[in-house]
Amino acid sequence: MSERLEESEALDAHTVAHAWSAYDRVKGGADGLNAFLAIDRDASPMVAEGPLHGVPVAVKDNLATLTLPTTCGSRMLEGYVSPFEATAVRRLREAGAVLIGKTNMDEFAMGSSSENSAYGPVRNPLDHSRVPGGSSGGSAAAVAAGIVRIALGSETGGSVRQPAAFCGIVGVKPTYGRVSRYGLVAYASSLDNVGVFGRCVRDAALGLEVIAGPDRFDATCADVPVPPLVPARSGQSRHMPLTGLVIGKPREYFPENLDPRIAVHCERALARLVELGAEVRDVSLPSTDLAVPVYYIIAPAEASSNLARYDGVRYGLRAEAADLGTMYEQTRSRGFGTEVTRRILLGTYVLSAGYYDAYYKRAQAVRALIADEFTRVFATGVHLLFTPTAPSPAFRIGEVSDPYEMYLSDIYTVTANLAGIPAMSQPIGRVDGMPVGGQFMAPHFEEAIMLRAAAALEGALGAEAHQ
Amino acid sequence: MSVSPDDVRHVARLARLGIDDGRIPALVTELNGILAHMDVLQQVDVSGVPLMPSTAAMPLRDDALPPDALQRDRAAFAPRARDGFFLVPRLATHGQLGASTGDDA
Repeated sequence: MSERLEESEALDAHTVAHAWSAYDRVKGGADGLNAFLAIDRDASPMVAEGPLHGVPVAVKDNLATLTLPTTCGSRMLEGYVSPFEATAVRRLREAGAVLIGKTNMDEFAMGSSSENSAYGPVRNPLDHSRVPGGSSGGSAAAVAAGIVRIALGSETGGSVRQPAAFCGIVGVKPTYGRVSRYGLVAYASSLDNVGVFGRCVRDAALGLEVIAGPDRFDATCADVPVPPLVPARSGQSRHMPLTGLVIGKPREYFPENLDPRIAVHCERALARLVELGAEVRDVSLPSTDLAVPVYYIIAPAEASSNLARYDGVRYGLRAEAADLGTMYEQTRSRGFGTEVTRRILLGTYVLSAGYYDAYYKRAQAVRALIADEFTRVFATGVHLLFTPTAPSPAFRIGEVSDPYEMYLSDIYTVTANLAGIPAMSQPIGRVDGMPVGGQFMAPHFEEAIMLRAAAALEGALGAEAHQ
Repeated sequence: MSVSPDDVRHVARLARLGIDDGRIPALVTELNGILAHMDVLQQVDVSGVPLMPSTAAMPLRDDALPPDALQRDRAAFAPRARDGFFLVPRLATHGQLGASTGDDA
């Protein structure tokens, strides 16, 4: 067992045997949480040492693995086993981690509730009638249920942070380019990231430290060295460890109609940050309310291109038909679920002749405006931003049926993806027993300062984070 | 701007998606519902705004290295192969292209 993980304050040593014991107890599979699409009961460490030696981990089913299928929660890729391995997965294994399974997700990462899986919805470990968030809901549920301490997810618009908030755990979306996407099945390439879930800030930070850094197999992975990311234990910190840190509170993330039960937890967290020595400053990001419309043009547009590869010839499902065009159409209509079909149609429409300028080109320009607003705020001496992660706690399975209403659950998270900046969610309280997440956002490649502040807040909140 | 049933059929053809006619009305309603929320972008002044954030925020480098070698033999994942090529099922419209597609994967 890794010495560095044992140091973490949250849990006792957690071995593969503990993982399977927890998996059986909480019913991690289809008869319970439905958090896993494939498991490997025989998995063992590939190396004798490493910062994650012997630590069981779970990986979202859109990251390519050699030993288990990679289905992306889709019928299209049912049974597909990749001939290569994602860099993030390889780095976990080379650090000694044990991959115990692949986690359920919204099909091709399109969703905010993990209800869009072709293999059935994931259930929130804290209340099985509720969603765990999405699209990385299986990974979040696996960590929240105590099966694993570290899991990988992916983010395009909040798919790690929002499920982390809904499940009461930590979820980190690194800077765009911080972690290799080699082997991450593409959804929207200008937005996709690999992210990390942890039971506590230090666990998530250690997972990120292991997978981050340049990779020759991903041309979009930045050639930027990775500093130490794991914060000191809170007990070892000095009296006011955040002295000198300026935390911006963007007013657009605290609108008048924000659920007051969520607002009160955010205010408590901000008060703790002040007690830790930080200065909290009101700031403005005026284009925030444009982020969801921008995101739901750009992401489906890129998806409509990326998902063109699923044509029945190269991957997975193939419908039998007499001619090629019919084979394509029948394969794709049978293989893709409702939300994926909707987004491919939407993306194809906004890219089509006559509409490209009005939708896609304009959305790209507004995206630049949104990114520029972050740059300007950080240039004023603000080190981090603090906001709610999601506008509501976990909703009930089946409760949200309108597509756009579902999209609005990403309202506070999509901005970081559009700007390419790092962001994370951590538990800051509960509403009617369900977790509330608080979000930090940081300038590009400033994950270390974000994680340090998060760890200090985690220590200051203590049990309050789950009350 | 609003989407018509013919627009949905046109876009579905472009996207190679077979959509039953019975689903078209619901898709028209859903897509128009979503696109109505996008109209707010038409009011934003984007004159002079560059299309992407600075390249410093999204660094790229030349893709100059050779591709990764596959970690699994082709025969292990190709349904069929011959002479180093993958073989896919023949479609009726392909006609007979000559010799049989042997299984020498």
